[in-house]
Amino acid sequence: MSRYLLPLIAFAILIPIFVIGLGKDPSQLPSPLLQKPAPQFELPSVTDPTRTVGSASYANELAIVNVWATWCVGCRQEHGFLMQLAESGAIPIYGLNWRDNRAEAQRFLQQLGNPYLDSAYDEDGRVGIDWGVYGAPETFLIGADGTVLYKQLGPLSWGLWEQHFVPRIEAARNKQ
Amino acid sequence: MKILSGVLILLLFTASSYAIDTGEAFDDPELQARYEKIIDEVRCLKCQNQTLKDSNAFLASDLRREIRRMISEGMTDEQIYDFLVDRYGEFALYRPRASGKTLVLWMAPVLLLFGGALVLWRILRRRMALPIDDNSSGEV
Repeated sequence: MSRYLLPLIAFAILIPIFVIGLGKDPSQLPSPLLQKPAPQFELPSVTDPTRTVGSASYANELAIVNVWATWCVGCRQEHGFLMQLAESGAIPIYGLNWRDNRAEAQRFLQQLGNPYLDSAYDEDGRVGIDWGVYGAPETFLIGADGTVLYKQLGPLSWGLWEQHFVPRIEAARNKQ
Repeated sequence: MKILSGVLILLLFTASSYAIDTGEAFDDPELQARYEKIIDEVRCLKCQNQTLKDSNAFLASDLRREIRRMISEGMTDEQIYDFLVDRYGEFALYRPRASGKTLVLWMAPVLLLFGGALVLWRILRRRMALPIDDNSSGEV
């Protein structure tokens, strides 16, 4: 009997590891930036190249930074949600237009609406690299002290918003 | 025959012409070698089972450009790997560094080999203890 016991124990230990491991989405990588200061940046605005957008735009306030591009399908998918969120006035929304074409980005905002207070134009993707961006859309929740509180990969929706952002925003506001 | 073998030998070198990297090479072959080694050991995060060297995703080309810049600015390999890990995590490196978090990755092969050897040794010991002529059917 005991000769079967050891393999059985090994099996019992491995199965939960595999179930958890295989259940994870390999495209959802945890960000090493969480709970760390968000990288500083300053870039020209998408809509007006003479104006700069950057970390200073949302200094001392809770805000979200949404990485988007016109070539990104998920960004179109979440656009309606972002418009509603902007209308609700729940939180300031800033955009990081990543590896895009300025004229197309402007047309995108004109046609579909602009949920962003301002969007930074990261043409060569350098700021994106500093932020560890690897696939738009990505959304960062930045605390008033400039800390990255949360990062969402992929298109946002009200469901994800309620689940991941609302509790963290409330906690951050209660602490202030 | 000579021409044919010459062509065959030349064909062996065509693989390098598939290179995706379109950036300018370093003048210094030593820097170029370092660069090639690094891009061969960093994961393209967008296309996860490829290295930066293999991938033509624009994120990979951006990262190649940054690595090229860091090398030309005189940063060490260690500093460049730190740069990548700070932004993308240890997962970005195909050869994760030995640290607390990756200890299990590095130790697992040794432990598994040792465990396997132990099991094999026990089985062999038990078999060796059996009488040589234990053939129940009587045949050899």
